[in-house]
Amino acid sequence: MASLVGSRVERKEDKKFLTGKGRYTADITLAHQTHAVFVRSPHARAQIKKVDITKASKSPGVVAILTGKDLADDKIGGLIAGWKIVSEDGSDMKVPAHPALATDIVNYVGDHVAVVIAETLEDAKNAAELVNVDYKILKAVVETEKAMDSDAIHKDIPKNLCYDWLLGDRSKTKAAFDSADKIVKIDLRNNRLIPNAMEPRASIGDYNPSTEEITLYTANQNPHLTRLVISAFNAVAPEHKFRVVAPDVGGGFGSKIYPYSEDVVIAWAAKKIQRPVKWVAERTESFLSDCHGRDHVTHAELAVKSDGTVVGLKVDTIANLGGYASLFATVTPTYLYGPLVLGLYNIPAAYCNVKAVYTNTAPVDAYRGAGRPEATYMIERLMSKAAMELGMDQVDFRRKNFIKQFPHQQALVHNIDSGDYDAHLDKALEIADYKGFAKRKSDSESKGKLRGIGFSTYIEACGIAPSAAVMSLGAGVGLWESAEVRFNPTGNVTVFTGAHSHGQGHDTVFAQIVGDKLGVALENVEVVHGDTDKGPFGMGTYGSRSLAVGGTAIDKACDKIIAKGKRVAAKMLEASESDVDFKDGEFIVAKSNKKKTIGEIAFACYLPGQYGEIKSPLPEGDEPGLKETAFYDPINFSFPAGTHICEVEIDPETGETKLDKYSAVDDFGTIMNPMIVEGQVHGGVAQGVGQALYENAHYDETGQLVTASYMDYTMPRADNFPELKIDYTCTPATSNPLGAKGCGEAGAIAAPPAVMNAVVDAIGTDISMPATAEKVWNACKNLKKTNSKAA
Amino acid sequence: MKNFNYHSAKDGKEATKLASSNSAYLAGGMTTIPSMKLGLASYKDIIDIKGIKKLSGIKVSGKSITIGATTKHSDVANSKDVKKAIPSLAQLAEGIGDPAVRNRGTIGGSIANNDPAADYPSACIALDAVIHTSSRKIDAEKFFTGMFETALKKGELIEAVEFKIPEKSSYQKHPNPASRYAIVGVYVAKNKNEVNVAVTGAKSCVYNDEKLSKALSKDFSTSAVNAINVSSSGMNSDIHASAEYRASLVATYAKKAVDAC
Repeated sequence: MASLVGSRVERKEDKKFLTGKGRYTADITLAHQTHAVFVRSPHARAQIKKVDITKASKSPGVVAILTGKDLADDKIGGLIAGWKIVSEDGSDMKVPAHPALATDIVNYVGDHVAVVIAETLEDAKNAAELVNVDYKILKAVVETEKAMDSDAIHKDIPKNLCYDWLLGDRSKTKAAFDSADKIVKIDLRNNRLIPNAMEPRASIGDYNPSTEEITLYTANQNPHLTRLVISAFNAVAPEHKFRVVAPDVGGGFGSKIYPYSEDVVIAWAAKKIQRPVKWVAERTESFLSDCHGRDHVTHAELAVKSDGTVVGLKVDTIANLGGYASLFATVTPTYLYGPLVLGLYNIPAAYCNVKAVYTNTAPVDAYRGAGRPEATYMIERLMSKAAMELGMDQVDFRRKNFIKQFPHQQALVHNIDSGDYDAHLDKALEIADYKGFAKRKSDSESKGKLRGIGFSTYIEACGIAPSAAVMSLGAGVGLWESAEVRFNPTGNVTVFTGAHSHGQGHDTVFAQIVGDKLGVALENVEVVHGDTDKGPFGMGTYGSRSLAVGGTAIDKACDKIIAKGKRVAAKMLEASESDVDFKDGEFIVAKSNKKKTIGEIAFACYLPGQYGEIKSPLPEGDEPGLKETAFYDPINFSFPAGTHICEVEIDPETGETKLDKYSAVDDFGTIMNPMIVEGQVHGGVAQGVGQALYENAHYDETGQLVTASYMDYTMPRADNFPELKIDYTCTPATSNPLGAKGCGEAGAIAAPPAVMNAVVDAIGTDISMPATAEKVWNACKNLKKTNSKAA
Repeated sequence: MKNFNYHSAKDGKEATKLASSNSAYLAGGMTTIPSMKLGLASYKDIIDIKGIKKLSGIKVSGKSITIGATTKHSDVANSKDVKKAIPSLAQLAEGIGDPAVRNRGTIGGSIANNDPAADYPSACIALDAVIHTSSRKIDAEKFFTGMFETALKKGELIEAVEFKIPEKSSYQKHPNPASRYAIVGVYVAKNKNEVNVAVTGAKSCVYNDEKLSKALSKDFSTSAVNAINVSSSGMNSDIHASAEYRASLVATYAKKAVDAC
């Protein structure tokens, strides 16, 4: 039988998406449905003196107007930070109250003040304009680096400091720096990004008075966790009376991992008014109130010997959390960032200090890569700068410091199981035609253009992760994954996964795994996810974990199916169980022609007796049915790594940067579907290039978001890209039986430093992201001045 | 969006008759509809002029080319006549917005709106256009009076735009990376005795850069542009481009346009 795993199997889900038959939350319309519009703060920081709904309540079509006071009266809890971080001095992180609707202060433009529910969307919008909020405007704290020296925006949180965290060993690092021949320093800003999922967030709450159950339809990556949090912390409904459905979801990139204020309010309001309530974000609401990503200011230093050996690293970062601590906001700049600052290099001594601050901006949380792009940007820019200052070749310097023996225990946290970094570097140099770069550079120069080449040899940690490990570091949940594989009596298979697909292609890849493993045709495997009423509790999709963790759970459930199948086959074929082999969907008795297909076995499991000719006695002790569940808790993270090489051509007269060549060689371990992986790399690289050259969430000094629409927020577009050259190397992960490492975030992690190192190489001076045309033009102009002075 | 009365006018006369102080003409609706949806504009009456056949189409005479007000950008971009007579004008139309905008947006709508970063106003200035309206003919240089402002009176309807065919011309723009509107767009048109250099995006309203026009009229070369110091005074400054950067782009794109002529 031809293997499905490893083939370019067409995506089962694409037909519906490409023909407009996806069913997203906004596509769902319930009988007697009402429409909600949120009244949001127009100010970055203000005291709410009064919310006057008198006039708005009389507006046509209004069903209810609910405020923070109503939430408090109903004892609905606030939003939580789900990962406890402890500061270097041993104190716990400081987290402000975060009511789903503000009661006395608002902390960013777009913060939630009231919800207007009406018969039609127009009615709700018109009434929302009439809600009169009396604000006392306060001076906003906006800039990441000034937050600690500004007014405290939350009560009892001095210096706006959530925590001052340390990973690593300061004294060992100091000793390493004392022994170094050269210290290379860099100052970096990791620009704030807005996730921009194609589908804006949306929620529908539906209360069933007969079962007293609330159903929440929501565009979310993690329905089980959303139910758990809204039940346990917001106390909207107990878990067994609360169903969360995340139907087709149009992209998340991390921004839909967690429940938002809107989810809490909509679920609660539906019960309160005993009618369905629907809310769909407009695009500007998405810009203002989806959690943003990144926003770090970092100073880093690398200690190097004159032969190019790196001996130590110091990293000091200020991370902006925004107005409140979102669910995974506190772990993103700590445990998802700090351990990765070492890159894929053998650096014996290091520390990473992170100060997380509150500001009057939208909350910042996990966004494609979450912490790892920030770490990779830092170490890869620093490595390039160090090579330049040492006068060493970029490639030789990196190669010299690569980890070469596996498993490798890094100086900070991670034990890297497998890899071959020379292999992907060599392959990348080849497909990027590194040898031809000098000629291309002189060709560009003859046209008055500048050409630069940039490297990014990255590593990331995926497949989060061993529950015991993450819980010891403060995680409020275990990070295993669940699966149920259910044979139906007629021989087809339904697979329930706790992971959630919002573009990744789980319907296809999980079916490939099951198809191969159980010998069932692809079209006879259905993957089900996104509904807490179907399948076991799961942990959702983020951090490139679905395949390594969720895929493994499926694999393990299949093992259990096969084990039971062998017992049943042995009984039916009157053979000893140890003589039964399973291969390509058939249970075969060794050294005989006796066999049963897995479909026959499934049928027998559901008809345990004699029916006409069919005799299917179950083995003693076995129950009827053929359905198995597995919960898989990984033994380690997985560590994808790779080399990305970027070439840019810059017009110094306009400052425009043209991405001329981009080559990526990634080691994702075992690849299940190369076509889907290519798509992930394309998308990730596009987002990484977006961060490097175009995207920036720009707040003015009063905390207004200037880039709150596509007129001002620059997304990367197809015409910004050359054809991406993509290839792979493979060292299978040893931490899961599939050998999978994860591929969803690699592009967004690897690309920013590759692009920025190329820009810096071309113009010969440091420049911050995004390298917009004007910034590059200014840098070229200043350089020209310096050069002419020198001459 | 607030409710409004929708009228579909069968001819220009009916359209102007329906117009009031609280009405707007609707052609492609590429600005009007988003403005209404965002609550930035509201009207009692919307007068749809798309159905008026006379307002659409492209005619070439010996010295000029006349484009009906409701002619879509895509029709101008693909017109063999425009490509032959004034290729730069077809290229300009091809570079407006995206395919969805080009398939709906119209030339009349673009110039009536007079967005400071729109492309068409620069063509009108550079190509000595005459704007034909329901009541008169207006020279382009008198038509664009300020940011989002024109010489049009309330209810006055643009019927067509008549462009003079130059010897050579080129439009070069530096698009805003987000919106793709012009951060700076420079339209250079060379006639027998004079050169016009129209600039859009740089200031609050499209303008004829007299210094550049004069210099290029004397010597049609990039070195003539190099000799001019384009001042940043009066230029727009925003998160995408400072006034100084815009001034530099005006000179750079003027040279690109001269080179492309």
